[in-house]
Amino acid sequence: MPTTEERPQAARPATRREIVVVRTRPDRIFRRLAASAGALTLVILFLIGLFLCVKGLPAIKDQGWAFFTTQVWNPPPRGNEFGIAALMWWTIVVALIALVIAVPISIAAALFVTEFAPRRMRRPLTSLIDLLAAVPSLIYGMWGAAYLRPRMVGLSAWLGKYLGFLPIFKPTTAFPIYGPSAFVAGVVVSLMVVPIVTSVVREVFSQVPPGEKEGAFALGGTRWGMVRAVVLPFGRGGIVGGSMLGLGRALGETIAILLIVSPLFQIRLNIIEAGAIPVAPLIANNFGESSGIALSALLAAGFVLFVVTLLVNVGASTVIARSRSGSGVEI
Amino acid sequence: MRTDAPKLAVVVEHRSPVKIRPSSFHPRDAAVVGGAAAASLALTWLLYSQILPFHGLPGFLLMWAAFDFLIYYVAVRETQGRVVARDRTMAAIITVVSIAIVIPLVLILGYVTLKGLRFLRLAFFTTTMASVGPESPTTQTGGLGAIVGTLEQVAIAMVISVPLGVLTAIYLNEVKGRLVRPTRIFVDAMSGVPSIVAGLFIYTVIVANGHGFSGFAAALALSILMLPTVTRTCEVVLRLVPDGLREASLAMGAPEWRTTWGVILPTARTGIITAMILGVARVVGETAPLIMTAFGSATLNLNPFSGPQAALSLSSFQLFGSSQTADVQRAWVFAFVLLSIVLILFVAARLQGERRRR
Amino acid sequence: MVRTEDRLDAALGDAHAPATLDAEDVHAWFGDHHVLGDITLSMPANSITSLIGPSGCGKSTFLRILNRMHELVPDASLAGSIALNGIDIYGPNVRATDVRRRIGMVFQKPNPFPAMTVAGNVLSGLKLCGMKTDDPDAVVERCLHRAGLWNELKNRLDRPGGALSGGQQQRLCIARSLAVEPQVLLMDEPCSALDPTSTRRIEDTMRELVDTVTIVIVTHNMQQAQRISDRCAFFNVDEGQPGGIVEIDTTERIFTDPSDPRTADYVHGRFG
Repeated sequence: MPTTEERPQAARPATRREIVVVRTRPDRIFRRLAASAGALTLVILFLIGLFLCVKGLPAIKDQGWAFFTTQVWNPPPRGNEFGIAALMWWTIVVALIALVIAVPISIAAALFVTEFAPRRMRRPLTSLIDLLAAVPSLIYGMWGAAYLRPRMVGLSAWLGKYLGFLPIFKPTTAFPIYGPSAFVAGVVVSLMVVPIVTSVVREVFSQVPPGEKEGAFALGGTRWGMVRAVVLPFGRGGIVGGSMLGLGRALGETIAILLIVSPLFQIRLNIIEAGAIPVAPLIANNFGESSGIALSALLAAGFVLFVVTLLVNVGASTVIARSRSGSGVEI
Repeated sequence: MRTDAPKLAVVVEHRSPVKIRPSSFHPRDAAVVGGAAAASLALTWLLYSQILPFHGLPGFLLMWAAFDFLIYYVAVRETQGRVVARDRTMAAIITVVSIAIVIPLVLILGYVTLKGLRFLRLAFFTTTMASVGPESPTTQTGGLGAIVGTLEQVAIAMVISVPLGVLTAIYLNEVKGRLVRPTRIFVDAMSGVPSIVAGLFIYTVIVANGHGFSGFAAALALSILMLPTVTRTCEVVLRLVPDGLREASLAMGAPEWRTTWGVILPTARTGIITAMILGVARVVGETAPLIMTAFGSATLNLNPFSGPQAALSLSSFQLFGSSQTADVQRAWVFAFVLLSIVLILFVAARLQGERRRR
Repeated sequence: MVRTEDRLDAALGDAHAPATLDAEDVHAWFGDHHVLGDITLSMPANSITSLIGPSGCGKSTFLRILNRMHELVPDASLAGSIALNGIDIYGPNVRATDVRRRIGMVFQKPNPFPAMTVAGNVLSGLKLCGMKTDDPDAVVERCLHRAGLWNELKNRLDRPGGALSGGQQQRLCIARSLAVEPQVLLMDEPCSALDPTSTRRIEDTMRELVDTVTIVIVTHNMQQAQRISDRCAFFNVDEGQPGGIVEIDTTERIFTDPSDPRTADYVHGRFG
């Protein structure tokens, strides 16, 4: 029996069906609720920026562009001139000192935990480093002021005497005072930054493809040779991103720095002599006695700090996520 | 050429093979390490005591370490070549640096304990600073107001930020709406907000707006700081719940909300508790935002919604800045209690994490 | 053309001599798990020895014992001796890094260093071993030639090592191994991730290399073993037993007239 011949059909492109999801009412409410929670984060951030900006505007208007270039801080009722130039200078200086100390240490610690340490030591050491992050910054500040600062006077004097040709150590007066300096503050802040950077870099280093490591060993490489050839290049993005996260932390640190430094509203290269005043400690210090324009000035300074730390943190997340090493990292 | 015939089961004393675990570290290497350490110690001692104008233990240790690495490098390079020298020296430097990180931690914990325990008495937990006057002995400190304050402020902050954090984590991981990527960026951004900025914000919105200082305002500021920690930890925890569970529930016809509420959250329960503990540990020591929200108080204020309140961190900070030495010493008592709480929370979080692993 | 700190390497004998590898009574453990037992095998100089057998019988583990990569696994241990021209590579005066320079390895999954260029990859071994050369370009050209990559890549030497096709990556890995002038080259299923054309190219390379380098290859591809190897060792494992060698013979005999029935079953495709 002849089979029916199939009529060759004109080729029709397969049309995709649109899938319509119909959710029950409770589910829709559930999703809305979750979405609002997510949106709340954005709302809060936005509001923070908004309120600080609005309340800080009177002070900026009062000074004009000089707000960003003036070094002294003399708001009413004492004076009529104030600006964040010195504040921003010292904010960055203290943060940089902290990073310069913390980043190499963190990289070493991350390498130790992932490549060099005996297996048994890994978790205890990681926990100890994380414990450094748990200590409140108030305690760092109190310890720094009471224990560390007096003991660093000798070192600061030595640096001023023997390495004084470097601008950051060069004495600016005949009888320099050492102690409440950006240097000591930077050292204390570095203790807070180390666990942050270490955690990111450690996570990144642990994701190095084992095949590449084996390749380096199979060529006759030593462990350090393998680290230089494989781990460090792989972890570059994580190191940069982790450092930026640490930077964000250092920029916003308040209490520890407040307890250590004595204010100096002046841009100066020397970091070991007394005197430094980043933004956040100033706000905390002056808050109680400020009102009107003076308060508005503090809020304006706070707004600038908010924006800067926001940019640094978002930048850090992006760098980490985009790097070859970072796509799986939780920060 | 043929192989030997398969070995016959001959009754021969079968010596079990001797296991070896090759190691790259030989006794001769230990001698080099020890020799370098001894030589550098001698050199440092000589310079320190006779020639150079330094004193103090840290300087000595640093110089000893520096000479040790140098001598070790040269010694290994002469005997085994530059490549091995680099490897060994870098391994030594990395090891010493990593272990040295523990030193500041020990110093801090020890110092705070020493200074704080000295004047801590049981009355700390039952009286407030109101009963302490300028003539009171240093052993008399009143922490009740601060303890109550910290407890209430953190508790309220938890009530606010934990549900929000869990919900946000659910949005990021379960609901997965369109705004997941921006939301994640915002959560990360929020975790970088300096604590003083959070305090300033609440100050302008609540305190300066006529509501005055209160523990509740402090709690709001703390929840801004706590929320990102809770969200991120919960997100990681939710992600660890196997997809199979979700699919099993959905395949039975359960709606999303029931799947989340009835299956996912209970499975993630220990992780969520860890997130809570981590969040609390994050904020319990915060001082800066409290300066402008809770403001601090010498008396006991049980009402977090009205009137200034003390807190462990805040009281410690304020006492530390006093001109009276007795007050400064009292500050250490507060600091010690605060640090103890943080340590307990830290250990609790670790143990929770361990439980989850099982 | 390349120099090394020869006095340190002297423990392993002449670095340019044709190399015979002799394994005697070799056992391997991971922790307490006994994975290889009683391996005795001779791999003559300038020949290709292939290790064949079903999955899981320890061929790769044995290969890794030959270049002291086995000990990189925590809890791994071994017994027996491996001699390079009569010198035990596990001897007390011998460094693992020197052994790995003399006995190179190419892996199943090509693993060029993505952060380095093609030229950088080829020279990376020299850097890792502390070997010097006065003419790096010549070294790159020679090694890429030997690996059969020169014509394809001579104008692309500064491309990143990861931006090549699978077959090219594997040949780059071969070139990289050759730069340190090894006496033996171990290959762990080098073609299993590659297409037939790349496979054939690599087999051609192996035939040319064997004049200067002893080759030991693990392969699942029996046609490949027949095509290229001079001798074969057939590994097998029984349940609960450590893996071991059943038969060693010339390739011809193994495939046409094996003495053990298990060998016959395997080469005729009846299992594995």
